[in-house]
Parts: sequence; C-alpha cells; structure tokens
Amino acid sequence: MTNTGTERVKRGMAEMQKGGVIMDVVNAEQAKVAEEAGAVAVMALERVPSDIRAAGGVARMADPTITEEVMNAVSIPVMAKARIGHIAEARVLEAMGVDYIDESEVLTPADDIYHLNKSDFTVPFVCGCRNLGEAVRRIGEGASMLRTKGEPGTGNIVEAVRHMRQVQSEIRKLTGMSRDEVMTFAKEIGAPFELLLEIREEGRLPVVNFAAGGVATPADAALMMELGADGVFVGSGIFKSNNPAKFAKAIVEATTHFQDYKLIAELSKDLGTAMKGIEMSTLEAHDRMQDRSE
Amino acid sequence: MTTIGVLALQGAVREHIRSVEACGVEAIEIKRKEQLEDIDGLILPGGESTTMRRLIDSYDFFDAIQAFGEKGKPIFGTCAGLILMASEIEGQEQAHLGLMNMKVARNAFGRQVASFEAKIPVKDIADNFNAVFIRAPYITEVGSEVEVLATYQDRIVAAQQDHYLCSAFHPELTDDNRLIAYFVKMVEESIQTLAS
Repeated sequence: MTNTGTERVKRGMAEMQKGGVIMDVVNAEQAKVAEEAGAVAVMALERVPSDIRAAGGVARMADPTITEEVMNAVSIPVMAKARIGHIAEARVLEAMGVDYIDESEVLTPADDIYHLNKSDFTVPFVCGCRNLGEAVRRIGEGASMLRTKGEPGTGNIVEAVRHMRQVQSEIRKLTGMSRDEVMTFAKEIGAPFELLLEIREEGRLPVVNFAAGGVATPADAALMMELGADGVFVGSGIFKSNNPAKFAKAIVEATTHFQDYKLIAELSKDLGTAMKGIEMSTLEAHDRMQDRSE
Repeated sequence: MTTIGVLALQGAVREHIRSVEACGVEAIEIKRKEQLEDIDGLILPGGESTTMRRLIDSYDFFDAIQAFGEKGKPIFGTCAGLILMASEIEGQEQAHLGLMNMKVARNAFGRQVASFEAKIPVKDIADNFNAVFIRAPYITEVGSEVEVLATYQDRIVAAQQDHYLCSAFHPELTDDNRLIAYFVKMVEESIQTLAS
C-alpha cells in the first residue's frame, strides 16, 4: 500500500527544511542565486512583498510561466503563494507540481471568512499566524507548516518578533494549565480543544514554525532563531539589497549559526545597504497585511 | 557511554536525536568538526542535500567526515544523507562524500505531491517497516561490496557497505526505531572492534 499526501509526509517535508532559509524569487536567475547561497527552498512570486505593497491593487497568484521557470531552474523545493480561500488557485498550483503552497495574506484574500480546507489537498500548505489561536486554527484546517505573519515587505522585524513571542508565550501558558482550564482557553483563543491538548502534552506545536515578515539582515535571521523559529523566510530583503548573492549566503550562515555572534559580525560586514524599511506607526490600517485574516 | 552525533547544519536533526535517545544511547548535535572527536557514530540527517553540502564546505566538515569514516566509525545517512554518501549522482559531475560505492538519483520519485508512505521489508530488520519517502532519492547502481537492505518497486532504497548505512526514507519520522536501533548496534560493535 502506497499513500501519498499523508499528514506525516506533508509535515515531514517541512521538517526537512528546519534550520534553513526559504527565499522569495521572481525569476530563474534569482532562484539559482538562492540555491547557490544554500537556500532550502524558494518561493516563486511575480513580485516580492515590498513591490506588491508599492504597486497596490489586487495581488494574485503568480503567472504560472514564472513558477514553471523557477521549478525548472533549481533542484531544491519550490513554493508558491495562493490567495487565502482561493480553492482554484491552490488546485492550479497543486496540478503544476509546486512542492508547497503558502496560503498567504501577502496576496489579496479571495475569501474574507474561510481559509482553505487544506486537509483535502495532496500538496502541503504553510500559513501565517500571529498568535496560538491562529496557529492552531490553521493546523486544524490542515496546514503542515506555520510561519509568523510579521509585516511583509517592510524590512521591519518588530511584528515577526511580536508574533513569535506571542505564540511561544501562549504555548508556555498552555503547558502549565490543568486539563479543565484548557477548554476555557480554547474558547478564549478560538482554537480546537483536542489540538491544544496535544500541544500541552508535547510542549510544542505539532508542525514547524518559521519566521517571516520583515527579516532584512543576518542579525534579524539570528534573532528569530534565538526566539525559537525553526527556520526563516526572507522576502524582499535579499533581492532588494545591493549584493544579493553575498547577502543570501550571509543570511543562510547566520541562520545555521545563530548563536555564533563573532561569525555574524563577520557576515554582516560590507553587505551594502539593507532595504530601507518602514516604521510600523506610519502604516495605515488598510496597509497592514497581517490583519487581512485571522 | 555510546554517543551518536547528528550533523546539525540543517534538516531533521531533532527527530534523529529523539530516535537515538529512544534506543538508550546518548545523542548530540554536531555543529563543529571538532565535536566529531567526541562521538562513536554519525548520522547525516534528511534535509536539502545541496544546502547541506554548501554548509559542509563552509564549516570545513568535508575532510573531517571522510576521516571519521576512514577510522572505521559508522555513518548512517537518511535521504539527503544518502545522497551525500554516494560515490556518484545521476546528472551531476561531482558527487559529495563518496563513502559508498553506489549511484543515486535525486528526487527520483518525483516532486512533493508524489511523496509517500509504504510498508516495506528491510532485510534482517523488519518485515513491514513504515517507510516515509519525502522527495526521496533512490539508488540506481551498487558496487559488489554494497549489500542491498530494502527495495521498493524494484528500486534500491536502503543499503549497507561495511560500517556505512543509508536509507532513502526517513526512519526518524516514525516511532518505529528498528532501523536506528540497527545502526546503534553497528556503532556499539565498532567500539568493541576499534578498541581491540
């Protein structure tokens, strides 16, 4: 008996990515730079988040030509983004053989109430989360991997830090609870009870949780690993910098050796200017991608 | 006490540590080549082989791992680890560590949507091992000194050459520790042999 698309196979794929960096790319050339630098996967996009932010309008699944070009260029896994709740975009990406789908708030949501029922798919999904309730709802829908939402395309790490700390702190709170307290906690955070019991037992999430949304420097990547991230997504940071190849390699090494501060100092030298970045208080409510779903 | 290291540059390190500990021996993460001195056996975990190779080079692990193997100390590679151990890789000019005389094909079962689980027999270890294949490679050719331990649909998915062991699937992702226990036994036997 051969079974594809099992929970173990889908979650296991994400386990293999641990300790690694997943990079946003918009063409074959960038994908090769990412692979050469040691990325564990690439995210094929039409535009990186900072450009999506600048362009405005409705952001959709990338043109399949771009995704295919990237899939043909590298041997590492290729991820692609579908709009939240967009069953057809997700099925198209699955049919194309994409290795992982990001049901992403970076794109304009197609459904403002329901997320995809990801358990229905053979392809695994990664979803964003800001807190434990959101994390566990996504797992309940079948997400095989999580990432912090952060605030994409800002080059500002503060939101990713907030989200990672929030999830970790709620897990710590949960592990200290008696069983009869868990149901009320489940109600408060809107999370499935059974999954919370499992997390309470294990002391951690049942899927890997990467950092995403605002990683702009090697030190940012190291910070997120220090805070308990299993790995790092880097969006606009790499290919918006002056020397992408060097920058990409520095981020990969800082992620592996996140507690080797002398090394990170060396890696951070002469990287050129990091992306300019956006201060959170200057973002209008409608510009906050992280609030597009819960 | 027997100590087994798991190369911790990238990939499913935690799962291997847990499986090794479940077999009753000590497991440590190996992040620096100097740590190889402290261990009796080494696991090259699953992950992305291209990424791992870059990091092996960055941290000067290449010669150190080969020397570790040449001393007769056992090495077990799973999935990406198997690719690292092969002497030849389909479609690539260069192999990696070249510890085992075999040719491998990467992502040979297809992309992630084709990843699967299946019950397969593993010679002298299990009749029905729950093997988890994730974008897995398989072995296309082996030298005469390599013993085939498992096949799936006529493709070689586990093999042993003296003190080197490899599998295309991920024993660390299940609670079935029989293959890891087999490696632990190889390590314990090698400690005796190397001491005498």
